[in-house]
Amino acid sequence: MSNGLVTASYIGATVLFILALGGLSHQETARRGNLYGMLGMGIALVATFLGVVTANYGILILALVVGGAFGLVLARRVQMTQMPELVAILHSLVGLAAVLVGFANFMDPATHHVGVEKTIHDVETYLGILIGAVTFSGSVVAFGKLSGKIGGKPLLLPARHWLNLGLLIIAIWLGGWFLGASESQAGLVPLVLMTVVALLFGIHMVAAIGGADMPVVISMLNSYSGWAAAATGFMLENDLLIVTGALVGSSGAILSYIMCRAMNRKFLSVIAGGFGTGGGAAAAAGEQGEVRALEPEEAAQLLADAKHVVIVPGYGMAVAQAQHAVYELTKQLQSRGVDVRFAIHPVAGRMPGHMNVLLAEANVPYDIVHEMDEINDDFPNVDVSIVIGANDIVNPSAQEVPDSPIAGMPVLEVWKGRTTFVLKRSMATGYAGVENPLFYKENTYMLFGDARDTLTALIKAL
Amino acid sequence: MRIGVPKEVTPGERRVATTPEAVGHLVKLGFTVAVETGAGAQASFSDDAYRAAGAEVLPDAGAVWSTADIVLKVRPPVDEEVERMRAGQILIAFLAPAQNPRLLETLAQKGVTALAVEGIPRISRAQKLDALSSMANIAGYRAVVEAAQHFGRFFMGQITAAGKVPPAKVLVIGAGVAGLSAIGTAKGLGAIVRAFDTRPAVKEQVESMDAEFLMLDFEEEGEGAGGYAKVMSDEFIAAEMALFREQAKEVDIIITTALIPGKPAPKLITRDMVESMKRGSVIVDLAAEQGGNCELTEPGKVIEHDGVTIIGYTDLPSRLPGQASQMYATNLRHLLADMCPGKDGNVVIDMDDEVIRGATVVKDGEITWPPPPPKISAAPPKPAEPAVVQPAPAKARPAWLGPLVTFGLGALVLAVVGLFAPPSFMAHFTVFVLACFVGYMVIWNVTPALHTPLMSVTNAISSIIIIGALLQISSPEPVIKWSAFVAVLITSVNIAGGFAVTRRMLAMFRR
Repeated sequence: MSNGLVTASYIGATVLFILALGGLSHQETARRGNLYGMLGMGIALVATFLGVVTANYGILILALVVGGAFGLVLARRVQMTQMPELVAILHSLVGLAAVLVGFANFMDPATHHVGVEKTIHDVETYLGILIGAVTFSGSVVAFGKLSGKIGGKPLLLPARHWLNLGLLIIAIWLGGWFLGASESQAGLVPLVLMTVVALLFGIHMVAAIGGADMPVVISMLNSYSGWAAAATGFMLENDLLIVTGALVGSSGAILSYIMCRAMNRKFLSVIAGGFGTGGGAAAAAGEQGEVRALEPEEAAQLLADAKHVVIVPGYGMAVAQAQHAVYELTKQLQSRGVDVRFAIHPVAGRMPGHMNVLLAEANVPYDIVHEMDEINDDFPNVDVSIVIGANDIVNPSAQEVPDSPIAGMPVLEVWKGRTTFVLKRSMATGYAGVENPLFYKENTYMLFGDARDTLTALIKAL
Repeated sequence: MRIGVPKEVTPGERRVATTPEAVGHLVKLGFTVAVETGAGAQASFSDDAYRAAGAEVLPDAGAVWSTADIVLKVRPPVDEEVERMRAGQILIAFLAPAQNPRLLETLAQKGVTALAVEGIPRISRAQKLDALSSMANIAGYRAVVEAAQHFGRFFMGQITAAGKVPPAKVLVIGAGVAGLSAIGTAKGLGAIVRAFDTRPAVKEQVESMDAEFLMLDFEEEGEGAGGYAKVMSDEFIAAEMALFREQAKEVDIIITTALIPGKPAPKLITRDMVESMKRGSVIVDLAAEQGGNCELTEPGKVIEHDGVTIIGYTDLPSRLPGQASQMYATNLRHLLADMCPGKDGNVVIDMDDEVIRGATVVKDGEITWPPPPPKISAAPPKPAEPAVVQPAPAKARPAWLGPLVTFGLGALVLAVVGLFAPPSFMAHFTVFVLACFVGYMVIWNVTPALHTPLMSVTNAISSIIIIGALLQISSPEPVIKWSAFVAVLITSVNIAGGFAVTRRMLAMFRR
């Protein structure tokens, strides 16, 4: 296969990747988009296989088959509630691959560059490995946090900003050393040292970020894995890698931006870790009044009389695996002629779009699942809003208390509806540590207990 | 402790202070309950029902009064009832402390502790105790029912074979508890409902019930302390009256509920307005007891003036005795539950508790009314608006500065790269920058519902890094070969896993 043909295939693959991402703009075209992605990947692989690989076919095929099979099994076995974990661990693999390719490239005697080109190439190698290593260790820690293997609390080391700065300076200094020494094998020492520093940096960065900021972290790591691929592309002078990396990188960056905006937080302050640090203690909002607890039977009575119901799911629904029970309830209500809709806050759950996937898994049709902006104005007409395991995203203090830590964050205005049920395990505060005055509003009723049990009781009572 | 519930003696009063259902709860709290025979008869609660719930039924009022530690009543006690009371007894009832200073004095002399349920402050914690709201709710409902009885037409508009029936137009003045209840009831009957209130805050509540909120073209906050209305300025009242005068000509039914705590009811509907109304119209004056919102109202009576019926009943809750007794009994039992923290049938009068303090009007021989003003809980008074005139934003950066800085920096970076980088790098860099922009454009179009599939698919395609490993795997160097092997292995996990899981997810999305 000629070089030109390989390049042509790469162009084809690039176009297909762009179409794949474009396809995701609507549910109708999403499946086709995924097919385009697979096709693009297939073309790129085949072209490289035929055009570039010259030896060691055996181990190559072995690696492809074993890895592919493992990936398929993983994809089949994973529970939808575990999607964030899966995505995190897959990111770490991209990071690791970037590190390996970078090292291999550095040690390859076949690559020869001189002058400025050599410097540029070295910088690319260095950056590729750096980003790859941060992605790798960061994703592993994120995986640990999401799967509960590591506590979700932010780890706040003293002087952690200085620590980060120190690591950055060390990385730059090692870079200088590396550029000076890369002619010989001596460059390996700073390269390895830098990798260690980058791994530490990744661990520390993600460890300092708390559970509910995970959507930002995941999208950020997603972005990093793209940049790592792009840096590797520069190193290998391969446009396909550059384009794909850039696509993925900007995709992740936009997702991070959307998530930050949905929490009304600055990207840097999320990444710097810890919530509300330096912003003063979370002030208790004065006298709170009393919460009204409700038994499922009474709640069912109110639901039976309702015409418009909106369900607001949160991370608690994922924890309780309550999505199927939610749909059962939806069907029950619909069969009584009740209009049921879902309202999804952009940062509900632990990764972007988490709730949509869970609801889709439970067969909830996507045309009754609405985004925050679509549905927020309708709340005054809603008879009953059911909040399932969500807290900060329905907290009125974001609008009413100007000095609240979450002030200005866009929230679902459930309290404007006639009644609100909150399904919750206890009165604990949400991630932001802010009291939620919603629970004390006159038209709010609490249904304490595991969300799935409560929903089952509701269905039975209906 | 023993709770006694005598039969109400005020003529026409049909309510009773407890119901069999509430008795059950009180017994659970450790109280014993004694009810006078026939106490619930007019509210359709039989003696047997009380007995079944665990109460003792006593043959006469004397027995109830002499044995009870706590007496629950609806109306204030009449003289002979006061005589029956003894020191240490606790009385809970509507006492109208502001209107009955003499009663309070007598009770104080007798050493009785008296709680007036009107005194329960309107804070969110005390809502379930708020008997005044319960009664207002009932009064609002009943007002519409009374109006319907005296109004000779349908409420709901209909088109029938016998011609078109226009819907009745109802104007509710004062959208407090009673007003909102009236709005809901009239709406339920199919009328066109309009409402007016001096407090703009209730506009939302009115509109939430599908009624029209009449606005005055006038700026003045009508909300006084504790969420009640206050006296408005003369200009406001003039504007308001003009509005009512306008409406009176048009509407069929006017329900007035305007009250200002501690003041006679404001006169809102004047004689000439009544005379301007259509014949057959009805006015229900819920403020009749405080003198009435309508000039012509005669408290306790129904009169007709120039073809307009004016209802001035002061006992509307009592006209719905079953419902009123049930709600009142529930309020009282919540109050007793609050006063009985040990659930052992012993009440504690905790004067540090804002709710109990507000309700207690006589304690230990002393009159403790009026209570200190309640601390406002939910809505602190708005801080004074900052001065409206702000200095011209001299410091603000002009709008063009931001983009200029961004473009400037971008151009600088590009210039530096262009100066030093070789052409081969520039070619790749071009591709990179363009790809970033393509990504930017494409990703903004992705619907948020598909963000998770987006992440898994981008994750799969970022494994394109496998190409790098493929380029290296043919190397004769074992280190390179094997690290490429590992890289291929893990990226293929990623490729297969990423695409497959995306497929699985997307298959679940259905219409």
